[in-house]
Amino acid sequence: MSRRLVVVTAGLSNPSTTSLVGERLADAVSTQVAGRGENVDVEYIELRELAVGLAHALTTGGLPDPALDEVKRRISSADGMIAVTPVFNASYSGLFKTFFDVLDQDALVGMPVLIAATAGTPRHSLVLDYALRPLFAYMRATVLPTGVFAATEDFGSADGADLEQRINRAAAEMATALVSTRTGVEGLLQEHLDQDGASGRSRDGVGLQPPVNDFAALLHGHDGS
Amino acid sequence: MQFGIFSVGDVTTDPTTDTTPSEAQRIRSMTRYALKAEEVGLDVFATGEHHNPPFVPSSPTTHLAYLAAQTNRLTFSTATTLITTNDPVKIAEDYSFLQHLSGGRIDLTMGRGNTGPVYPWFGQDIRNGIPLAIENYHLLRRLWREPVVNWSGKFRTPLNNFTLAPAPLDGVPPFVWQGSIRSTEIAEQAAYYGDGFFHNNIFWNIEHTAAMVGLYRRRFEHYGHGTADQAIVGLGGQFFAADTEAEAKRIFRPYFDDAPVYGHGPSLEDFSRATPLTVGTTEQIIERYLGYADDVGDFQRLMFIVDHAGLPESIVLEQIEILGREIVPVLRAEFERRRPAHVPSDPPTHASLVAEGPDSPHRKVINAVVPEAQDEAAGSGASRTSR
Repeated sequence: MSRRLVVVTAGLSNPSTTSLVGERLADAVSTQVAGRGENVDVEYIELRELAVGLAHALTTGGLPDPALDEVKRRISSADGMIAVTPVFNASYSGLFKTFFDVLDQDALVGMPVLIAATAGTPRHSLVLDYALRPLFAYMRATVLPTGVFAATEDFGSADGADLEQRINRAAAEMATALVSTRTGVEGLLQEHLDQDGASGRSRDGVGLQPPVNDFAALLHGHDGS
Repeated sequence: MQFGIFSVGDVTTDPTTDTTPSEAQRIRSMTRYALKAEEVGLDVFATGEHHNPPFVPSSPTTHLAYLAAQTNRLTFSTATTLITTNDPVKIAEDYSFLQHLSGGRIDLTMGRGNTGPVYPWFGQDIRNGIPLAIENYHLLRRLWREPVVNWSGKFRTPLNNFTLAPAPLDGVPPFVWQGSIRSTEIAEQAAYYGDGFFHNNIFWNIEHTAAMVGLYRRRFEHYGHGTADQAIVGLGGQFFAADTEAEAKRIFRPYFDDAPVYGHGPSLEDFSRATPLTVGTTEQIIERYLGYADDVGDFQRLMFIVDHAGLPESIVLEQIEILGREIVPVLRAEFERRRPAHVPSDPPTHASLVAEGPDSPHRKVINAVVPEAQDEAAGSGASRTSR
């Protein structure tokens, strides 16, 4: 069974360092998954192509955008995600955050997420742990232990080998997460339901909310008797 | 089929002249629009309900009573009545009284409306939005249907031996639409009671509208109120008409670009593709709205917003004139031509509900027929309550 991996990058230009890091991570994951006897299909999502639609989504109270809806479906149905942002003024870029702001709160539930960031200086490297990790933890994604930070000096210097190592370590974690499957005996393994009745599955938020199938349950306790 | 206009009653600066109507002027304009609607042969005028500036309509029954006194034919509705923050007892009294005054020309559209800060002004909490809508509406149904109400709920003080005065005109409660854009609970609520479902789709794509209406239709049938295509559906609309598309866009664009809700966002062209907004000739507008019956099925009410975004009174009156004299007669004939005989043309009216007699499902608090499968599961095969 082939797995689906989406790579979300918020680089400004094309090509960009950010997209490049996303590609290197994806290639490493593919290799590692192949080494485990499985396949992975990689899909790239460049957020710059969605920038205008994202701005409209923020200013129109959720007017649906077909291109954005398609991306939401692709993300929530994926088996894993690599998310790469450039660092601007000490955090993820506004474009990166805007994208995750318009996703459904449950869009990434349980999904393995590899976080990565690029910057001109290594002094920003903790951005992974004080900005990206809390964002995805809030969305109840499974953030992999290793995040990959790439500064300008990682490219074309002796330190480049260290970057390669970090990429491979992160890719191994992602590959392990991708090939692991849910186990349990049908009917015995209770899906955890939270207060709102939502299961531990990601939801793309496109289309209707889950329908209510029993009005009597809604009315229970509210009919005045 | 019924056609009408609705107003949210916003006081908005005209971006082309930088003039802002006073609240008094805005209220007078809304009155003129309703009177114009009757004059040009429209069927319905609906007013919004808001409790914060820049909106004026905080007291819908006051306004509708004033309008009913000056009209003979027009049906009045709401867009919407806040079932969350109004006391159901006061809604029951006000609209019952209004139904007597208007001679049966009132129906209501329930909505949750409101933003977070408004709820506490009425002692409520927006986080209870759906439970408030469920409980308050059920109480409203009982107030309009039971001669003596004893009630103990979660959101208001209990009622002991309460009798509504005045009782509903002819003993028939007003017809109710449930309005919702995204909440599937409200579509379910409308289906359960056999109420109308109004999808105010003016900011939404037709795929979403069709999905919500489809859900309501299936559940309407599930609860035994008729077949899915007989469910009572209302839609919103938005247009601006002129002799040519270019002329319509030239006049409307500055209002669109600066509109409080969608201004400074998508272009007029993009917004028109994504939503029902149609800016062009009457032929273009007619074609667009006729197409909606292909997507959501034959429906019973179509309500246009015509007076927002700072459009001046003279332009709005002209647009209502075009709507009533040129657009609606063609839509009415064409919708009628395609409608199968078993699908109702109009939503229920006071007269049609009176004609259904005292045993009508409409006069029961709970009129859903619990389907067989659920009956067995609940072990109560005798719980069928009506048709």
